[in-house]
Amino acid sequence: MLIKLARLSLFNRRGTVLMTLLSLVISITLLLGIDHLRHEAKNSFTSTVSGTDLIVGARSGQLNLLLYSIFRIGNATANLSWESYQRIQNHPQIAWTIPISLGDSHRGYRVVGTNQDYFTYYRYAGQNSLQLQQGEVFSDVYDTVLGAEVATRLGYQLGDEIVLAHGIGQVSFSEHKDKPFTVVGILAPTGTPVDQSVHVTLQGIEAIHIDWQQGAPMPGRRVSAEQAVEMDLTPKAITAFLVGLNSRAATFMVQRQINEFRGEPLSAILPGVALAELWQMLSMVERLLLVITLLVLLAGLVGMTTTLLASMKERQREIAILRAVGAHPRSLFLLVQLEVLLITLASLLLAFALLFVALWFGQDLLASRYGLFIGLNPIRSSSLQLVGVVIGLSLILGCIPSWLAYRRALTDGLSVRL
Amino acid sequence: MTDKPKKYVIDLKNLQFRWPGSSGWQLQLPGLQLEAGQHLFVRGASGSGKTTLLNLLSGITTPHQGELWLQQQPMHRLSASKRDTLRAQQIGVVFQQLNLIPYLSVIDNVLLVARFAGQSISASEERASQLLSRLGLVESIHQRAAAELSVGQQQRVAIARALLLRPALLIADEPTSALDADNRDAFMQLMLAEANDSGTTVIFVSHDTALRQYFHWYLDMEQLAQGVQAC
Repeated sequence: MLIKLARLSLFNRRGTVLMTLLSLVISITLLLGIDHLRHEAKNSFTSTVSGTDLIVGARSGQLNLLLYSIFRIGNATANLSWESYQRIQNHPQIAWTIPISLGDSHRGYRVVGTNQDYFTYYRYAGQNSLQLQQGEVFSDVYDTVLGAEVATRLGYQLGDEIVLAHGIGQVSFSEHKDKPFTVVGILAPTGTPVDQSVHVTLQGIEAIHIDWQQGAPMPGRRVSAEQAVEMDLTPKAITAFLVGLNSRAATFMVQRQINEFRGEPLSAILPGVALAELWQMLSMVERLLLVITLLVLLAGLVGMTTTLLASMKERQREIAILRAVGAHPRSLFLLVQLEVLLITLASLLLAFALLFVALWFGQDLLASRYGLFIGLNPIRSSSLQLVGVVIGLSLILGCIPSWLAYRRALTDGLSVRL
Repeated sequence: MTDKPKKYVIDLKNLQFRWPGSSGWQLQLPGLQLEAGQHLFVRGASGSGKTTLLNLLSGITTPHQGELWLQQQPMHRLSASKRDTLRAQQIGVVFQQLNLIPYLSVIDNVLLVARFAGQSISASEERASQLLSRLGLVESIHQRAAAELSVGQQQRVAIARALLLRPALLIADEPTSALDADNRDAFMQLMLAEANDSGTTVIFVSHDTALRQYFHWYLDMEQLAQGVQAC
């Protein structure tokens, strides 16, 4: 009965209640959303490098190397030579390597030059290896294997021909039009940046740049696609390579040896350590964001309290009637708290729904812009904790109007001061 | 310790009350006893302590001195929450106007009292519906929101609510002041008929002495010392 009373009383004041609800939904969505993104970003980043022991590139900061080689964020400052790669690859402790050559793109999606080892050794989200949804792994110079998202977003089928562009902008003015690639395979979705990559052979990368120099076609010199295949397509340099070791115990030894490599300055990094550094850098920002969202939540809850307090004046009559039919003052306290609870629960439900919808629409944007793969389900232990915080805070603040109702019930009795 | 009174619905002895901070008694009533079925007319203008008397009788407040027995229950000694429950079970209240919670349906307004008396609502539903119909409120409006009813209809719903649990006492605080003369007489007759049917004693407060004709007993707030007189 009390719940029915609370529900109908709220419905009776639906104008103000709706505005209160709106402000609460926004602040709770913000809180849950930030928390969700925080966790999902970490998961997304961590799962992307699950099988890799070391990443090697030209000497640079470990974060920079991690971000451009794995997450395709930012650019390499320098390349490393093919000879160095060949020499390190033969290290007895190294089980496998995956060469990566970056710098081209296709309609905003990055092109990754690599070899078959990519499909054999790359691991994500634990022990998962890449699976082909359709077709097969590239074998010819002008073959390409598309990530799942590239294929669905751009509507490519097996056998389609695509043209790569130089550089990594959404719009490029210099395209490798003379050497189109044929789609021979499409990968299954992985929830990592692989989904947004266009994979070609290292020879393919070499072939499209054979008549280029310093980022532009060499004037007066044209090498056709057929001619290029006949030439020596051994790469001269790659951007980075991923390393899998025979034994994790050797990680630090191999890392040191690569860092002290005499041929050229190289950096070998542990992805886990680099990620930890990233989290540490972000933790301040993260905490600040959380504090801000908590304050926004508090503002929303104070707004609710204000609305309820303001409504107490027009509800004197209600209180007097309820007292007359035998309601205890504590029933009136409970009634107002129930209203607070109903508003809060409704806001929470709506906030989860809104967040889900926002993630549904924002997922692609986050993936294509920032390489973040965000799951749609925002319910986890930390979000449930936040739900607890929201309910707790609202009930604490709800005590103010509830206490007023209690006082009114005690002092005003059956009389109504209009 | 006084002996427990046996037969009175309401038994008041030497009742004294004052608001906190004020000097002098705001209300002094040497004695008032009503047996079942003895209806009392209380005449009092505003400011005469009328509201205080009603708050005392309904157990919202307690007297500073004296005794107040309702159905052999010592209201002056009971805890606030026991008094609240007793009010739900034994006292019906009808105000001047705006007796109903506007957003509840007519029938839910009537059943409200059953909920706070701790009684099963389903058991009271039939009586609620019968009472409303006897008071001239046809079944089609039982489910309507209370706010949609006319003032006269609302007052009759208030009577149905006040009498739902066949309480010992019905307190009516100028319930006819918002009604016109025709409605007023019809209302008085219906109210007293239903009260008699439920075995309920009525204490009726009004400044309108024309309504005295419906009652056998009379109390003037301005001459409390004289006590209850026969009309």
